[in-house]
Amino acid sequence: MAYKIYDTTMTDRVKRLKERTYGGKPRLESDRAVLITEAYQASEDQPIDMRRALAFQHILEHLPIAIREDELIVGCNTKEPRSSQVFPEFSYAWIEQELDTMEHRSADPFYVSPEDKEALRRIFPYWKGKTVSELALSYMSEDTKKAMAHNVFTPGNYLYNGIGHVCVDYGKVLRCGMLGLIDEIEKTLAGLKETDPDYNTRMIFLQAAKLSLQAAIAYAQRYAKLAREMAGICRDATRRAELEQIARNCTRVPAHPASSFYEALQSFWFVQLLIQTESNGHSISPGRFDQYMYPYLKKDLEAGVLTPDAAQELVDCVWVKLNEVSKCRDEFSAAGFAGYGLFQNLCVGGQTRDGRDATNDMSFMCLQASYHTRLPQPSLSVRVWNGTPQDLLRKCVEVTQTGIGLPAYYNDEVIIPALINRGLTIYDAREYNLIGCVEPQKGGKTDGWHDAAFYNMCRPMEFVFTSGMDEGEQVGPKTMPIASMKTFEDFKEAYKEQLEYFIDRMVNADNAIDYAHMQRGSMPFLSTMIEDCIGRGKSAQQGGAVYNFTGPQGFGVANIGDGMLAVKKLVFDQHAFTLTELKAAMDANFGREDSAPDGQNAQVTSIVKTIVDRLIAQGKKVTDDQIKTILKGVMANETMYANLYGAGSGMESSRAAQIRKQIMGCPKFGNDLDEPDEMAREVAYMYTGYVEKFTNPRGGRYQAGLYPVSANVPLGTQTMATPDGRYAHAPIADGCSPVSGCDVLGPTAAANSVAKLDHAIASNGTLFNQKFHPSALSGESGLVAFTNLIRSYFDNKGSHVQFNVVDRQTLLDAQKHPENYKTLVVRVAGYSALFTSLSKSLQDDIINRTEQALKI
Amino acid sequence: MENRDGSVKGLIFNIQRYSIHDGPGIRTNVFLKGCPLRCKWCCNPESQSPKAEQMQDAEGNPGTVGREVTVGEVMEEIVKDDRYYYRSGGGVTLTGGECLFQPDFSCALLQACRDHQLNTAIETTAFASLEVIRRFIPLVDCWMMDIKHMDPQKHKEWCGQSNEVILDNARYLSEHHPCVILRVPVIPGVNDTPEEIGAIAAFANSLGKGVRALHLLPYHRLGEDKYRRLGRTYALRDIEPLLPEQMIPLRDAAAKYSLPVQIGG
Repeated sequence: MAYKIYDTTMTDRVKRLKERTYGGKPRLESDRAVLITEAYQASEDQPIDMRRALAFQHILEHLPIAIREDELIVGCNTKEPRSSQVFPEFSYAWIEQELDTMEHRSADPFYVSPEDKEALRRIFPYWKGKTVSELALSYMSEDTKKAMAHNVFTPGNYLYNGIGHVCVDYGKVLRCGMLGLIDEIEKTLAGLKETDPDYNTRMIFLQAAKLSLQAAIAYAQRYAKLAREMAGICRDATRRAELEQIARNCTRVPAHPASSFYEALQSFWFVQLLIQTESNGHSISPGRFDQYMYPYLKKDLEAGVLTPDAAQELVDCVWVKLNEVSKCRDEFSAAGFAGYGLFQNLCVGGQTRDGRDATNDMSFMCLQASYHTRLPQPSLSVRVWNGTPQDLLRKCVEVTQTGIGLPAYYNDEVIIPALINRGLTIYDAREYNLIGCVEPQKGGKTDGWHDAAFYNMCRPMEFVFTSGMDEGEQVGPKTMPIASMKTFEDFKEAYKEQLEYFIDRMVNADNAIDYAHMQRGSMPFLSTMIEDCIGRGKSAQQGGAVYNFTGPQGFGVANIGDGMLAVKKLVFDQHAFTLTELKAAMDANFGREDSAPDGQNAQVTSIVKTIVDRLIAQGKKVTDDQIKTILKGVMANETMYANLYGAGSGMESSRAAQIRKQIMGCPKFGNDLDEPDEMAREVAYMYTGYVEKFTNPRGGRYQAGLYPVSANVPLGTQTMATPDGRYAHAPIADGCSPVSGCDVLGPTAAANSVAKLDHAIASNGTLFNQKFHPSALSGESGLVAFTNLIRSYFDNKGSHVQFNVVDRQTLLDAQKHPENYKTLVVRVAGYSALFTSLSKSLQDDIINRTEQALKI
Repeated sequence: MENRDGSVKGLIFNIQRYSIHDGPGIRTNVFLKGCPLRCKWCCNPESQSPKAEQMQDAEGNPGTVGREVTVGEVMEEIVKDDRYYYRSGGGVTLTGGECLFQPDFSCALLQACRDHQLNTAIETTAFASLEVIRRFIPLVDCWMMDIKHMDPQKHKEWCGQSNEVILDNARYLSEHHPCVILRVPVIPGVNDTPEEIGAIAAFANSLGKGVRALHLLPYHRLGEDKYRRLGRTYALRDIEPLLPEQMIPLRDAAAKYSLPVQIGG
């Protein structure tokens, strides 16, 4: 056995740190925005890489610093924990607009003090016309902007923010120190020839990179000085000794190689923090923490200078720190990434470079830290392969049992070949880690652009029914009118054409954004820790990384697959209704009162849409002003218009509901039935197979993912009813999971269906969520069966799975809103069953049992 | 030799995948319809009648329980979870209802599972002729059977049949089957005294070496709602489930002998 498992408990210090981190409200702070504005104003004559480095230096010299009570690992980029700085160089207009409402919004509110508001309002005018987002938009085609305005896809993540989504070579910083990196830069600089065609840009990048590293070292020295000062006035001898140790750590790292486990953790934290100070790109992922930290742990434990308990406390402190950083997003994006998460994905287990099991003591300590702290960060991942020890999987399931939804499980046996297919060497592929939510990459060598866009696969389906018309505008291609479609092939072909047209637009958008980041969003500091930026003399944004990708996410596979099958069976095989009738039923929202999002009257919208569509069908042009006039008229006489244009379609509610009933009677993805599963597979291929044809400006390939983070809910609100029976504005299927409530045969059947998709081609990541009641995992047999469930899903070539193990509150809610919990698995007596399939009395019985089952 | 062409028909009312507490590993439970006993606490009352019957679903909509299937059709469902069985050492459990009550179907199905190299288990009353018992023995890896009471009168009163056949079969199985688990549903007012449980334990310990364990299964009311949905009344309406601490003296009474005892299956 190559590892030891230590039994440790969470210390009171960690408890206090955790409480304090969550004590106050997250705030939006203005210090960074003011500093970067000053620096940019002073460097207008400089090339961009140098301006970025000078700004980084200016920020790190003046950003307020603090060592908080009880802290052993120090460094924070905001005055209050869980607060956010502002990054106006990427975009600012939305902050300006939302400054007064940000405190009260439903998703991720931020408090902004009057002083901060004033400071921000003062600097924003400087940025007009200078941001990454403005440049990106200027590069996009009109059709692309139109497609975005009609919510077919959103590249908002990178349009308005830094890229992030990267795992740097933390191990190298620990081994060589930043002085070692500076040394490497100087050697490279010395080797440059002035006559080289790219001498000038390389020289400037390398000097900027060096300056950034020096700024980081100086920043750590500020902490060393502060710690010494605090120690000087500290009256508690224990804390004084701690502060003196902190001062020694910050004097040495990240400048020098780490000489102890404690220094290695502190050095790691500075790197992690400063990447998130240079840019606001999220998903800055620590990657294979157990691999690069283990040598330091092993050395200190063997030398007897550190106990396992002390080591665990330090790791727990890092875990709390990972929850201290935060990010302010615009209101709509906040709903798509709800929960203040920064998706700092930290990975354990898997294989070594030479294909052996990588599990070590540190792997268990990471799991234990999540078990202790029970916090959402880091996004903990475990890599599972055929040789993963059962001990590791058991420990993982113990963490899963806590109900925090961590770790997420990944399958080496699918992901490694998938990465090799994308051009990684087998050695690099074996060393992959996860980024953000579910995206695999080789850390330290990749600029993966993993969240390049969210592509709502349901919107092109709407356009099939309107031949590309949306709200009175020709947005998509004029595909065959539904009334002329003779075969299912006609229908499928139209969907494919719509889908591909908008993928083209998405690629145009992403490449425009890519160029803008290349020109205005270069990151010299981050790039020093990604191979081969120093060698090539280019930042990662300019193509300096060894591996470059763009990964846009499609979601809604299950809705489109189920919808396609329903159309095939009911329209073309059984002639139960026509496509025109189906359209009418969907326009009537299948006979259900529309649950439109806040403040919108869906009936009015629908009627206006119908009127405008008819005018256009008559060959008339409709301007925005005319639409506004129609809207006013309809709002004033809603009842009259509703009678005229009944729910927008003229179809009786009862007929529309009947059509839905027939649709719901069709076989659905998620029940281990070949027919719908094959259809979902084909739909997934339509997206993944087309996306991979493209290349990006950094010289890398596009690769698709199939996951929505939590965007399936907000983007669902923008989507009308779909042919799978989904109501207008309802959430879209989550990741490549089945449509909620449509998988009714338990966890193995759903897993089998999902595994039938080709996960390897969706190499930017797939996501499969399962919900379990804690009692379904309880006891030895429950726990062991659960590990086998994971292994078997992976035998079937599933790529990722994560579990929600839900509590009593959820069960009570499930009783009130059973429609939201149709796949919740509970253990009943001697067997497991779907919660909502049980009678009220039985549900009550189980709810009352839950608390016992929750004792861990 | 059992029929192997997959055409034998039987009546079932459910196939439950990912069952993890009815034998080793991850299992698929096949619920057979029809039972010779009428235990008043039965938590699967829809399993008792040997015919398909009307039963409302949980929301009160009319429906039917029970469907005729062939062995081949059931196997198609079973093999879908092959990888789960291989990984976990699991397999198939026939439960019900009473699988001994449909011997041709059950034996053909067990044979098909055997041919597919799956672990087989049955949950049974063992109320059947010795001839039937003998036919099942070579097809079953894990034989789970109930002993509800040692008193023939009480057994007849609560279960509709006397217990002589069951006890005889238990004796025979303990000599001729390598893995028998005896299970006692502990029902308040029926068999929940240390004396009654002790008598069962004494009997269990007097049997042959095939008996591996004695499981005490605490009464639960999880089937109550189903009686309403079947249009029947639940006879044990006023009985409260036992508290965990009430099970302790019963377990102690059973554990006086050498046979391992556990609470729960």
